Amino acid sequence: MVAGVGVDLENLWIRFGDFVAVRDANVNIKGGDFFSFLGPSGCGKTTILRAVSGFLEPSEGNVLIGGKNMKGVGPNKRPTALIFQNLALFPLMKVWENIAFSMEIKGASAAERRKRADELLEMIALEGQGDKLPSELSGGQRQRVAIARALCAEPHVLLLDEPLSALDLKLRQHMRTELREIQQRVGITFIYITHDQGEALTMSDNIAVMRAGVIDQIGEGKTIYNDPATPFAASFVGENNVFRGKVKRVSGDRVLVQSNRSGELLARISTANLGRLKEGDNAMIFIRPEAFELAKTGTEGDHYVSARVINEEFEGNVFNIFMEGDGGKEIKVSLPNLGQSFDSHKGQTMTLKYDVKNAVAMPAGVLATE
Amino acid sequence: MNLSFLRLSIWLYLAIFFAYLLGPLVIMSVTAFNSPSFPSATPWECLTFEWFSALFQDTRILNGIKNSLLIGAGTVVLSVTMGLAGALMLTQIWPKLRATYYTVIIAPILIPGVVLGISTLVFWDRINRMLGFGPDSLLSSGLFLTIVGQSTFIASYCMLVLVARLQRYDIALTEAALDLGATHAQAFRKVLLPFMRPAIASAAVLAFLASFENYNTTTFTFGEYPTLTIELAQKVRYGISPAISALAFIIVVLTVFAALANEATIRRRELVAAARRNATVAELSGGRVTLPGFLSGNTAAVLLVVVSIATIVVVGTATVYSPDQCIADVREQKRLEAEKRAEELRRKRDEERKLKAEQAPVTTAPSGSTGSSSFGGVFDPNALQGVPSEPEEEGGADSGFGGAFDPNTLQGSGN
Ligand SMILES: Nc1ncnc2c1ncn2[C@@H]1O[C@H](COP(=O)(O)OP(=O)(O)OP(=O)(O)O)[C@@H](O)[C@H]1O
Ligand SMILES: [Mg+2]
Repeated sequence: MVAGVGVDLENLWIRFGDFVAVRDANVNIKGGDFFSFLGPSGCGKTTILRAVSGFLEPSEGNVLIGGKNMKGVGPNKRPTALIFQNLALFPLMKVWENIAFSMEIKGASAAERRKRADELLEMIALEGQGDKLPSELSGGQRQRVAIARALCAEPHVLLLDEPLSALDLKLRQHMRTELREIQQRVGITFIYITHDQGEALTMSDNIAVMRAGVIDQIGEGKTIYNDPATPFAASFVGENNVFRGKVKRVSGDRVLVQSNRSGELLARISTANLGRLKEGDNAMIFIRPEAFELAKTGTEGDHYVSARVINEEFEGNVFNIFMEGDGGKEIKVSLPNLGQSFDSHKGQTMTLKYDVKNAVAMPAGVLATE
Repeated sequence: MNLSFLRLSIWLYLAIFFAYLLGPLVIMSVTAFNSPSFPSATPWECLTFEWFSALFQDTRILNGIKNSLLIGAGTVVLSVTMGLAGALMLTQIWPKLRATYYTVIIAPILIPGVVLGISTLVFWDRINRMLGFGPDSLLSSGLFLTIVGQSTFIASYCMLVLVARLQRYDIALTEAALDLGATHAQAFRKVLLPFMRPAIASAAVLAFLASFENYNTTTFTFGEYPTLTIELAQKVRYGISPAISALAFIIVVLTVFAALANEATIRRRELVAAARRNATVAELSGGRVTLPGFLSGNTAAVLLVVVSIATIVVVGTATVYSPDQCIADVREQKRLEAEKRAEELRRKRDEERKLKAEQAPVTTAPSGSTGSSSFGGVFDPNALQGVPSEPEEEGGADSGFGGAFDPNTLQGSGN
C-alpha cells in the first residue's frame, strides 16, 4: 500500500490570456487527507486540479507534491491520478482492461493485469463484470470503474473532479459513504472537487471555499459552517439569512449592528474578521434558519427579530417559515419537528429569538448568488 | 387518389433513377456473356464464358491489374498516413489558423487531376536532378511518381474522412491515458488509434478505390508501370472487346461482395452487442453468452451466402460448359441467311438486267447502272435492313483486326 503525500500550492496563479482563472492560491494539504475544493461553477476548481495533475503549467507559483516541486514534470510522471469530470473511460476496452491500463503501460502480462483488475473489481463490488464494456454499465458502476482504474495506478494523490455530479440523488449519497470508505482503506490523499456543499461537508477532513478564482477560506467543515470567513463562504455553504446594517458598537468579539429592517442586533464577529469591524462600517450578520427559536410576540431586544410571515411549508423533519427580510430576500426559519403542533401564522407578525454565538458578523461583501 | 398518384410517381421516379444508375452496368454485364465479338446485348446469340478466359490470357491487362494493386497499396499507405497527420494537425492547430489551414489542405481536391499529374512530374524531375540522380533512379520511377502524384489529392479525401471521426474524439481520453502513466506514443497507439480504426479502414478503402480508378493524374506519371485504367484506355483506342465487359463484370461482382460482407459484419456486430446487453453477468463472465447464429436476422449475410453459392455454380458451369455447338449453329444459320440474301440479290440483279435489256434501246448510259449493281446492293436500304449482322460477319472474316475479336480463336485457346 502506498502512503498519501502532501500537496502544496504556493502563490499559484493561472491565467488564460487576460483572464485570471486562479488568483494567488496558497493551500497546504496534508498527506492522507480528504481535501475538498468547494465553489460554484466556473470558479476555477478544475483549473487547479489540472495544474496539480500536470496538464496545465501555472502562470506563476508552484505546485509541490510530497514536498517536491513539480515544475516541468509531465502528467505521466506525477504520482497523481485524476478522475475526470466525465470519467473518460476508454470506450473500446473492456472494464478490466480499463482498470489495468496503467499496468499495461508498464508491460505487465495479461494474467497479472487480469488478476489485479479482479481484485479491484471486488473492492468496488463489481465482481465478474470485468468483461463488459463501459457502455454496458450503469452510471454509478462506471463511476466506480473510474475510481478503480485510478487506484490501480497506485497514486499517492487521487484527484476527483466532481465525480458524482452525473448521478441521481440516492446514488450520490450512497457513493459519498463509499468514497469516504475507500479513502480510509487505501490511505492516500484525496483531493475532491465539488460545487455541492453537502458533499464537501459530509466527506472532507478539510475544505477550501473558492469564489471566482480566489480561495476565501480553508478549514474543517464544521469551522466553515459555524465560523465563515467571508459573506460568500457564509452564504454558499449551507443556507443562511443575511441582515445588513451599520456597526454601532464593538466590544471584544461582540458587535451591535443597527440593521436596515430588524432593529439593533447583537452578533459575534467571526474569527477571521476579529478587529476588522469599526463603528460606522457596513456589516453583515448571518443567522442560520435552524438557529432561531419562536419567542413571545412583541418581545424586543438585541437578539430578537420580528417580521411578517409570508409563507409556510412542512418539509418532514422541519417546519419552514418564510418572513419578510431586507433587500427583498426572505428570512427562512426552520423549526425542528418534535411532534409539536404547528399553527399557521401567515400574514401575522412573529418574533424570533436567537443565541448571539450563532449570529456571525463580518464586513459587508459579495454574497453567493444562486 | 391524389396520394396514390403521388406514390405512383415516386415509384416511377425511383424506377427511372435506378434504371439510369444500374442500366449501363446490367447491359454491359450481359455483353460479357454473349458470343458476338463486338460487345452487344442484343441479339442474344450464345451464352459463352470465352471472354473471361480471353481476359485472363491478356498479359497487358493482367500486368495493368498488378500495377494498379501495387500503386493502390502504396497510395493507401501514404494517403492514410498523410491524411491522419493532417487531421490531427487540424485539431491541434491554433484556432485562428484553422480555416486557412483547412482550405490549403483541401485545395488539391479542387485542382484538376491533369494539373496534379503534370506538376508531380515536373517537381520530382527537378528534385531528381537537384540530387544528381540519373533518369532511372527511384524518384523518376513510374511507381513512385504515380503513388506520390495520386496521394497529393487522395490524402485530402482521407483527411476529410478522418477529421469527421476525430471530431467525436474526447481529448480527455488521451489525457486519462497520460495521467495513468502512458507516454504520448503509447496514448496514441493504445487509445487514439483504436478509436480511429473504423475511419482509417474507410479512408483506406476510399484511397484504394480512388487510386484504382484514377486516370487523369496517372496518365502523366505511370512511366513503365501502366495501370489498369491506362491499359484499358489504350486498348479501347483500337476497338473494344467483350473481354473488357468481362473485367467490368468481375469488378461489379467483387464490389457487391465487398458491400454485402461489410453490411453483414456490421449487422452481426449489432446483433452481438444486443445479445451482450441482454446477457446476465454470469453468462458474460463465463464466456457462455448464447450468440445468435450467423444468418439469423441478418439479410445481408443471407444474400452474401446466396451470391457466393451462385458464383460457385457459375464458375463450375463455366469450366464444363462449351458453347461450340451453339456457335456453330449460329454460324450455320448466318451462312444460310447470307446465302439466301445473296441468292435474292442475284435474282433481283438478273431481273433488273432483263428489264434493262428490254429497255436497252431507250437507255443510253448502261454503265451507270452496271456500276451501281457492282456494289452488291450495299446502298440498297432494303438490303441493309435484311442484314443486321453483316458487319460482324465481315469483322470476323477480316484479318485486319488481328483475329483478336474472332470468337473462334478465343474459344480455341480458352478450352
Ligand atoms: N482553456 C481555457 N481557456 C480559457 N479559459 C478557460 C480555459 N479553461 C477554463 N477557463 C475558464 O476558467 C474558469 C474556470 O474554469 P474551470 O473549468 O476551472 O471551472 P470549474 O470551477 O471547474 O467549473 P465547473 O464546476 O463548471 O466544472 C472559467 O471561467 C473558464 O471559462
Ligand atoms: Mg470543473
